[in-house]
Amino acid sequence: MEQHNHNEEHHVVPYWSHAWVWVALLILTIVTVAIADVHLPMLTVVVALLVATVKASLVAVYFMHLKFDSKVLAIMFAVTVVIFVAFMSVTFLDYSFR
Amino acid sequence: MEHTHVQHTEHRDDHADKMGMWLFLFTELLLFGGLFLVYSIYRYMNQEAFMAAGAHLDVFIGTLNTVILITSSLTVAISISAIQNGNKKLALNLLYFTIFCALLFLVNKYFEWSAKIGHDLYPGSDLFKTLPPGEGLFYLLYYFSTGLHAFHVIVGGILLAFVARAIQKDEVTKDRFVYLENAGLYWHLVDLIWIFLFPLYYLIT
Repeated sequence: MEQHNHNEEHHVVPYWSHAWVWVALLILTIVTVAIADVHLPMLTVVVALLVATVKASLVAVYFMHLKFDSKVLAIMFAVTVVIFVAFMSVTFLDYSFR
Repeated sequence: MEHTHVQHTEHRDDHADKMGMWLFLFTELLLFGGLFLVYSIYRYMNQEAFMAAGAHLDVFIGTLNTVILITSSLTVAISISAIQNGNKKLALNLLYFTIFCALLFLVNKYFEWSAKIGHDLYPGSDLFKTLPPGEGLFYLLYYFSTGLHAFHVIVGGILLAFVARAIQKDEVTKDRFVYLENAGLYWHLVDLIWIFLFPLYYLIT
């Protein structure tokens, strides 16, 4: 089994790569605000949540280093998301069929 | 398994430190997750009222605060790369800028809330009692969620100030930066939560 040194082995993310993520986040913010002006209720909800999910993923994967750190952290993050989605689905199933 | 890394003079495990921070962040995510769940159910039950009430929120201030948080998230992220490159001065300046953004966010929040309160829109006011139940729910959730988030902004700003102090005293350096990384993770979480709060309260109207 490979034993590696946790304290010294680090991936330094270049400044410009973070800057690109920032540009993407800004563009997505503009998109979501612009779409909100179009008065199509269902579309607005779906697009807004979709864009928010993409933005949150960008922050988690790049800014929070999930892409570069130990895979264990990414798996733990995924488990948390699954727990949340499960709570959400079960509650909505309950409310939809009563 | 052999022990080849005997050159360590101190006991530390940055990986475990970080995992501990993440475990705490998961509890934070589920805390706000619960609020999102309550919001979703009440919205599902009071669609018209939620849309009407949401239309009264100031999209401009919401968007401005989104940009402020995204930008401050960027500066923290770069600050971590800077300290890893041994650029203490850049890391510090970026942290100062981030703390400035935190203050700016709170100033905007202050103006936003005081405008709402100036229009008698707060739980318990005379106007509030005459609102349709769904709109009242919307504003209760709005004050609670954004208030709890603003509290996290305050805590995050203080945390970053402590890290900046540690960098000044060379306690956080090129070889020892998990303190900055963890504070950064907290700050990114504040941004992450706002990314969802913003469309849910300001945009879906």
